[in-house]
Amino acid sequence: MKIRNAASLLVLGLMLMPVRTEAQVTYDRILASADEPENWLTYNGTYSSQRYSQLDQIDRGNVDELEMRWMLQNQVFGAWQSNPIVVDGIMYITQRPNDVMAVDAVTGRVFWVYEHENDEAARVCCGANNRGVAILGDKLFMGTLDAHVVAIDATNGQPLWDIEIGDPSLGYSVTMAPLVVKDKVLVGVGGGEYGIRGFVAAYDADTGEEVWKTYTIPAPGEPGHETWDDDDWEHGGAPIWITGSYDAELDLTYWGVGNPGPDWNAAQRPGDNLYSDAVIALDPDTGELRWYFQFTPNDGYDYDSVQVPVLADIEWEGEDRQVMMWANRNGYFYVLDRATGEFLLGEPFVKVNWSSGLDENGRPIPTPQPEGEPTYPGNQGGTNWYPPSYSPRTGLFYFAAWEDYATVYGPQESVYLPGRMFLGGGFSVLTPTPGAPTISIGRSDPINDWTDVVGHGTVIAMDPLTGEAAWKFDQFDVSDSGMLTTESDLLFTGGREGHFHALDARNGELLWKASLGAQIVMAPITYMVDGTQYVAVISGHTMVTFALRD
Amino acid sequence: MRTSMRFCLLGLCASVLALGSGEQASAQSLGDHTYTSDAIEAGSRVYVADCALCHERGGAGVDGVNLRLGRFSRPLSDEDLRDVVTTGFAGGRMPAFTLSEAELNGIVAYIRAGFDPSGVAVKVGDAARGRAVFQGKGDCASCHRVFGQGPHGAPDLSEIGAIRTPATLQRTLLDPASSLRPIDRPVRIVTRDGETITGRRLNEDTYSVQLIDSNQRLRSLLKADLREFEVSTTPTMQPTTLTAEEVADVIGYLLSLQGVR
Repeated sequence: MKIRNAASLLVLGLMLMPVRTEAQVTYDRILASADEPENWLTYNGTYSSQRYSQLDQIDRGNVDELEMRWMLQNQVFGAWQSNPIVVDGIMYITQRPNDVMAVDAVTGRVFWVYEHENDEAARVCCGANNRGVAILGDKLFMGTLDAHVVAIDATNGQPLWDIEIGDPSLGYSVTMAPLVVKDKVLVGVGGGEYGIRGFVAAYDADTGEEVWKTYTIPAPGEPGHETWDDDDWEHGGAPIWITGSYDAELDLTYWGVGNPGPDWNAAQRPGDNLYSDAVIALDPDTGELRWYFQFTPNDGYDYDSVQVPVLADIEWEGEDRQVMMWANRNGYFYVLDRATGEFLLGEPFVKVNWSSGLDENGRPIPTPQPEGEPTYPGNQGGTNWYPPSYSPRTGLFYFAAWEDYATVYGPQESVYLPGRMFLGGGFSVLTPTPGAPTISIGRSDPINDWTDVVGHGTVIAMDPLTGEAAWKFDQFDVSDSGMLTTESDLLFTGGREGHFHALDARNGELLWKASLGAQIVMAPITYMVDGTQYVAVISGHTMVTFALRD
Repeated sequence: MRTSMRFCLLGLCASVLALGSGEQASAQSLGDHTYTSDAIEAGSRVYVADCALCHERGGAGVDGVNLRLGRFSRPLSDEDLRDVVTTGFAGGRMPAFTLSEAELNGIVAYIRAGFDPSGVAVKVGDAARGRAVFQGKGDCASCHRVFGQGPHGAPDLSEIGAIRTPATLQRTLLDPASSLRPIDRPVRIVTRDGETITGRRLNEDTYSVQLIDSNQRLRSLLKADLREFEVSTTPTMQPTTLTAEEVADVIGYLLSLQGVR
């Protein structure tokens, strides 16, 4: 067939153009995302946040045949904590500070880049991080460092609406990937080091209009307000900076809430300080609080509970039970009933000395250490925001823990000043010799000069029925890497050393590894395009994507 | 191997920690090596009355000088400091002061204590004399390398004066174990081939260790290839037997090592 003119070409083009229904990510698709494992539709893969994929092309027998398929080099320095989503062969990934890229998931070539220009007033405590986007229909949603939420056309990267949800000059920011539920975009705010008053809010996906907003600190007259003294609640922090989970059957969203402020001076804000360091269960349509469980009342250690709520249905003492598993920054692993918030189990997974245990309701028994003495776990916690994984096949819950890591806290009275840090003192990491290098928030040097004596990482495969580790995989350096498990019983994870490991999810045996050269501070994902399964991970400033040799 | 090693290290870690906190108390009582607390206290009063007008309370009021951090336009021994105070400096921009011996002693002590009245004020001696001790009686140069001269076994000290305080240098000389950075700990390795390797650790990860061996070669070894791997918290350097004056001079020399500029 000959093409005679441009008009014919256009007609032919229209005829050949597939109807892009597959690009429309409906709510129903997200609900059933576990059934289309070729895609990775949300930050945590599915609403249950198990980070478990049914893909099994890569398995224990062939994982050593993985080879690098493509790399994408970020041009922006700093920790790259973003998690991509993958929709029908297209990957959407953010880079610092608030760029979104649409990438061919097979070749790594870029279709478009959207760049959000942040207000100069934007301020974040711990790096210009962004952890990714959400999608609904043909729109992507991103939160920004200057506390905006932006809707972006997934096809061409053009902004569709852009709203400010908090005052960046007061320290409000968004670093988490939004969570889409039904027709709404749910977002929480960071700023726990700036004396914000945290909240999670829902916005209409089409217009950006606010539908509801629930503060994480109750106002006067609201239940829980009595856990704050005087006007402490106005600047009490309790941010939400990690994506929550959703149970459609119970119609509940779950959110981990961060530290109270000022961070390290608990005596300055007497009371339990609800709902800081808690998990809150919110109605996705109204934002109404259905239940809460507070892990660390009156926290003086910065034990944010911003971990990903991982949902699973398991057999618990002979009965089917809808549970939530939670390895907390405070060093305890918890199992809760996610319908009611009932405490089912809590066991320490690292050395804990700020508390001597949990009572029958899961409330910690405090044992504050004398001044100048080390507190275990240290300020970065026994674990932190690093996304865990749960494999229904093994029944194990996998997460990155920091062992032998402690901090000496120095609380001080702090005065709240708008937009300034509101910390309540400081801390130092315990080292074997005075002035020796210590673990910092991230790794910016290829030499591990703090060594494992200041703290080291371990992958813990936790048995949720007992609260005991089924196995551990030790690393010399600490790890801020999340986890990915697959139906073929593989566990993929990284760490600050830049090693990307594939472990046998059943027993922790190392099956394959690649040295990628810089810290892995996100969770790997997997997807499939044209019959090939890929595993993508970010190390340093580079996304590396692997598949089996052809 | 890995588990037992970590266990062992942690045990040592705890004991070193205890040593570390005890050491600080003993440094306070190291009479000859330090100024007294009274001297520091007296110096703080002199500083506020006579120096703070130009140098400011924080010590950084004059360009290129930070008295609190011990940063001067050139490395100064305690004697040099006294000279500057009593004779002036920089063509009269720093005037000469007439102070009593106790006041002079106090102002040096206050500066050496980092403006911390409860701190330790380390005596800093003459760099030229210190260099001679470093290369001779002190036997430092037989392990440490400076500006391309000397072996690689111990850390290179060419810029040590830019990255360490007098107090840290003194502590290292008197009690090397209390200053040994974890990464610098000596290692002893036996490979599966039976080769025994000793050296100083440069880097380590889950699967490998990098070191400089006793033959001054850079080595990288896979842990899977090792039969034994021991990391010691005991440095090869022994506590110094030099006199207090010699130690002060060596500190003066080390502070003069500011790297390649």
